[in-house]
Amino acid sequence: MSRQRLVIIGNGMAPGRMLEHLFEASDAYDVTIFNAESRVNYDRIMLSPVLSGEKSFDDIVIHDDAWYASHGITLHRGQKVVSIDRDSQTVTSEGGITAGYDKLVIATGSNPFIIPVPGHKLPGVVAYRDLDDVQAMKRAAALGGRAVVIGGGLLGLEAAAGLKAQGMDVTVLHLMPTLMERQLDPAAGYLLQKELEGRGIEVRCGANTKQILGEAQVEGVELEDGTVIDASLVVMAVGIRPNVQLAQEAGLEVGRGIVTGTDMKTSDANIYSVGECAEVEGRVYGLVAPLYTMAKVAAAHLAGASDAAFAHAETPTKLKVTGVNLYSVGEFGDGPELEDVVLRDAKRGTYKRVILKDNKVVGAVLYGDVADGMWYNELLKSADCVEAMRETLIFGQAHQGGGVAADPLAAISNLSDDAEICGCNGICKGQIVNAIKDKGLTSLAEVRAHTKASASCGTCTGLVEGVMALTLGDTFAKKAEGMCGCTDLGHGDVRRLIVAKELKSISAVMQELEWKSSGGCAKCRPALNYYLLSDWPGEYVDDQQSRFINERVHANIQKDGTYSVVPRMWGGMTTAGELRAIANVVDKFNIPDVKVTGGQRIDLLGVKKEDLPAVWADLNAAGMISGHAYSKGLRTVKTCVGSTWCRFGTQDSTGLGIKLEKFMWGSWTPAKVKLAVTGCPRNCAEATCKDIGVICVDSGYQIVYGGAAGLHIQGTTELGTVKTEDEVIEIAGAMTQMYREQGFYLERIYKWADRVGYDTVKSVIFDDLESRRAYYERFVHSQQFAQVDPWSERVSGVDKHEFNPMAVFGLPNDTTVQEPAE
Amino acid sequence: MNARFTSPNASLLEGGQNTDLDWRLIGTIDDIPAQGARCVKNGETTIAVFRTADDRIFALEDKCPHRNGPLSQGIVHDGCVTCPLHNWVISLETGTAQGADEGRTASFPVRLSGRDIYLNLKPGA
Ligand code: SRM
Ligand SMILES: Cc1cc2nc3c(=O)[nH]c(=O)nc-3n(C[C@H](O)[C@H](O)[C@H](O)COP(=O)(O)OP(=O)(O)OC[C@H]3O[C@@H](n4cnc5c(N)ncnc54)[C@H](O)[C@@H]3O)c2cc1C
Ligand code: SF4
Ligand code: FES
Repeated sequence: MSRQRLVIIGNGMAPGRMLEHLFEASDAYDVTIFNAESRVNYDRIMLSPVLSGEKSFDDIVIHDDAWYASHGITLHRGQKVVSIDRDSQTVTSEGGITAGYDKLVIATGSNPFIIPVPGHKLPGVVAYRDLDDVQAMKRAAALGGRAVVIGGGLLGLEAAAGLKAQGMDVTVLHLMPTLMERQLDPAAGYLLQKELEGRGIEVRCGANTKQILGEAQVEGVELEDGTVIDASLVVMAVGIRPNVQLAQEAGLEVGRGIVTGTDMKTSDANIYSVGECAEVEGRVYGLVAPLYTMAKVAAAHLAGASDAAFAHAETPTKLKVTGVNLYSVGEFGDGPELEDVVLRDAKRGTYKRVILKDNKVVGAVLYGDVADGMWYNELLKSADCVEAMRETLIFGQAHQGGGVAADPLAAISNLSDDAEICGCNGICKGQIVNAIKDKGLTSLAEVRAHTKASASCGTCTGLVEGVMALTLGDTFAKKAEGMCGCTDLGHGDVRRLIVAKELKSISAVMQELEWKSSGGCAKCRPALNYYLLSDWPGEYVDDQQSRFINERVHANIQKDGTYSVVPRMWGGMTTAGELRAIANVVDKFNIPDVKVTGGQRIDLLGVKKEDLPAVWADLNAAGMISGHAYSKGLRTVKTCVGSTWCRFGTQDSTGLGIKLEKFMWGSWTPAKVKLAVTGCPRNCAEATCKDIGVICVDSGYQIVYGGAAGLHIQGTTELGTVKTEDEVIEIAGAMTQMYREQGFYLERIYKWADRVGYDTVKSVIFDDLESRRAYYERFVHSQQFAQVDPWSERVSGVDKHEFNPMAVFGLPNDTTVQEPAE
Repeated sequence: MNARFTSPNASLLEGGQNTDLDWRLIGTIDDIPAQGARCVKNGETTIAVFRTADDRIFALEDKCPHRNGPLSQGIVHDGCVTCPLHNWVISLETGTAQGADEGRTASFPVRLSGRDIYLNLKPGA
């Protein structure tokens, strides 16, 4: 069969999914896509996290350039199609590109509706539909001021929360008496309003916009009742209209949307329509789940004869605002034939309502406690008679059949195989379980890649992980854990949110990210302290109580409670003067052991805690500072004698090692960092098992990284070769900074590089001079706050309390028996 | 001895064993960093006095039940301290090891009078 030409108008979520199904089934088509937006296919649903700063655009790309290339697709970006000629079977774009088709798919989505009040065209009035809108909102937010969001539905409230997160004052105007009235009943709408108001978002229901004020730019909004609200940004989120103009002009049958059969064919058998622009059996849709079903059906028909047919299903609604839990599905109006079961808990702020008709679930509205949403949806879909469990229905699935399940997995394990887990993609529990078993999947990312479950809006991630935990047992349970028992968020999420939400204290992180413990634990507090220190240099004040003892007192604790003291010996070099000072200290304080370490310096072992400041004072006086032998930070830079002495030495490895150590000492990092510079490939300084190593060669300096020789022996990976010492120093600083910004606490460089990819590190730090420079400069900036010798600080009195007992009793002359006064 | 000074361990008083009370003023709350600890020496014994985030004060012998780690040097969290040597978690109130670990450190009664801290140098049962 000769290859067919498939042309698609619009490059949104629906046709993107359609192509995935199509390529799985057939490669009979040469595909050409026209898109009015000048970008690849991205997850439009996730624009709200991009607006709030929780995600970047790159995070939400669905198909990258490589995907189009690998499928031989011609993608015309920024090319809006202006006409369809059905006789000659061609389409033509604004830019004059014409393409012929055998099959055409119209997937133009919808247009946001703009209320035509006076002033609606002023700069500063935006809709909420695509990345351009998000960028416009972020630009406005950067200037501060108040945003007025017109429309208290799903989109409007996500926009409001996002703009609030970006630091704007926000007012939501909603025409109806309660928020999200199409998805929520008034009771849940009221709880939602209270929650948003509690977060500082002003909500005005029953507010009718009269006009938008301003001369050259938006300055405010006037309501019908005369109220004027100052505003520098107005977001209209009042609804969408299927984008049918092209189809209409081409003479296709159009109702509210482009009319199709359940096979997704329009009134012209060679033309399909999928997505928000399509109307099937009198309905149009605005959530992705049904659009993905359309995509599947259309792909099946394009691939060959098929009896796939679109069927309507209720899609649950969730609001993607962090910390707001609501779920609604099906009918919830009042009617004589409808019966309600309601459960309220004012103290916890929860509300549950299940709507029954003839003893069958026809709808559910949940606020606050949404764990059972899926179960109610399952009952709704199955149309099972629930008479037998009417009494306990509202308490949720865990309360059925007697047992009260405290195990969070119990609810998931009770679900039937065809219970839908991922609403967006219509993926059932059984499909996930089978994929895990058949394909040997072990990570969430793999499950997403293979099943699409939780790959769209992500609200079902926890459930998918639950299914994985049940299927994989303990092996997975560990991976799914958050940083520690205090949070379900992993290190990556926490790091991203600290930056996105500008959280600058441990208590702010715990509050905003909803820590489950009151004050954290010994696992999360040191990690948070590091993240804050690394992300806000010069601003965040180190929390000593969240540091492990060694870093708090700047010495290593020993098995008997004494400490060891390791001064820096730059690059492993020392002098008679330093050695003499060390010998004196050893005598003066009766230090039991002196040892040469594996890190080319000297360790004084068995120092009493109360002697530490005095020991340091003497070492300081001889010019020595802390060797940070205890820190998650720069430890040692090992060197060999190099060209100064060695007959094989090619460069001054000792000198470069000293320069590197003087440049990098004091920096805090996710885990310890060790460097080495070796004078030739004989590698006497063991550079090939260090976090960053430099091997001097005749032509310059070969840089290697990602080595370790501790619990795990790991040889380094080559980064590249440079000509000058300055380049080595710049690269070492830049790489350390990238690691500082991205590493998870206690994750050494090799683990971080494994996670983000050695290729990525190389391209960012070695190949791209601009990004190398930017990282280097951030490192230099943070070093100005980090290079303070902790020993001399303590010698001068910082943290005195650490080293002195609070009270001493039991001495021979102790006669004081204290009693408090009345 | 003044009856106002009830030990957290009431049985001491009920038994009228006044010899088990040896209250000493050791300093004020402000001498101890929040979520931190200071040591009090009583002859050979070192007592670690802890202050939690919400300003509760507890005293334990400065010896981990595992291998005598100095608990005063650990991280204080959630009414517990994590030992600096091998991460056992010890309850500040009772001195018992949490989770799977077993063992108990002596605890000492503490009373607050305003911001003054009084420590009973005789351990509770
Ligand atoms: C003193 C020293 C051993 C010696 O007598 O030579 C030493 C002593 C300790 N090492 Fe080490 N390591 C010492 C060189 C090394 C080396 C060799 C090197 O750096 O070339 C390694 C292997 C290289 C590497 O790190 O990859 C090494 C791998 C470790 C590890 C395993 C790290 C890993 O990622 O697998 C630990 C455990 C840890 O950090 O969690 C560790 C931890 C420790 C601790 C801090 C254990 C602890 O938590 O108390 C020991 C502290 C003793 C003290 O109070 O000083 N030490 N340790 C060396 C000090 C070097 C220095 O001058 O700072
Ligand atoms: C902020 C936001 C949050 C959302 N949250 C959710 C959610 O949580 N859950 C959910 O299920 N749904 C959500 N949605 C809705 C969901 O994103 C849409 O239903 C879905 O993206 C529609 O897909 P589509 O392919 O039909 O159209 P779109 O994704 O809108 O794609 C249409 C594309 O066609 C292009 N186009 C239009 N006309 C032409 C032309 N003449 N020539 C060439 N190209 C053209 C447009 O530029 C556009 O790129 C949200 C939407 C937004 C905006
Ligand atoms: S190898 Fe390192 S951690 Fe182990 S006993 Fe020796 S010094 Fe301690
Ligand atoms: S001594 Fe405390 S945990 Fe080992």
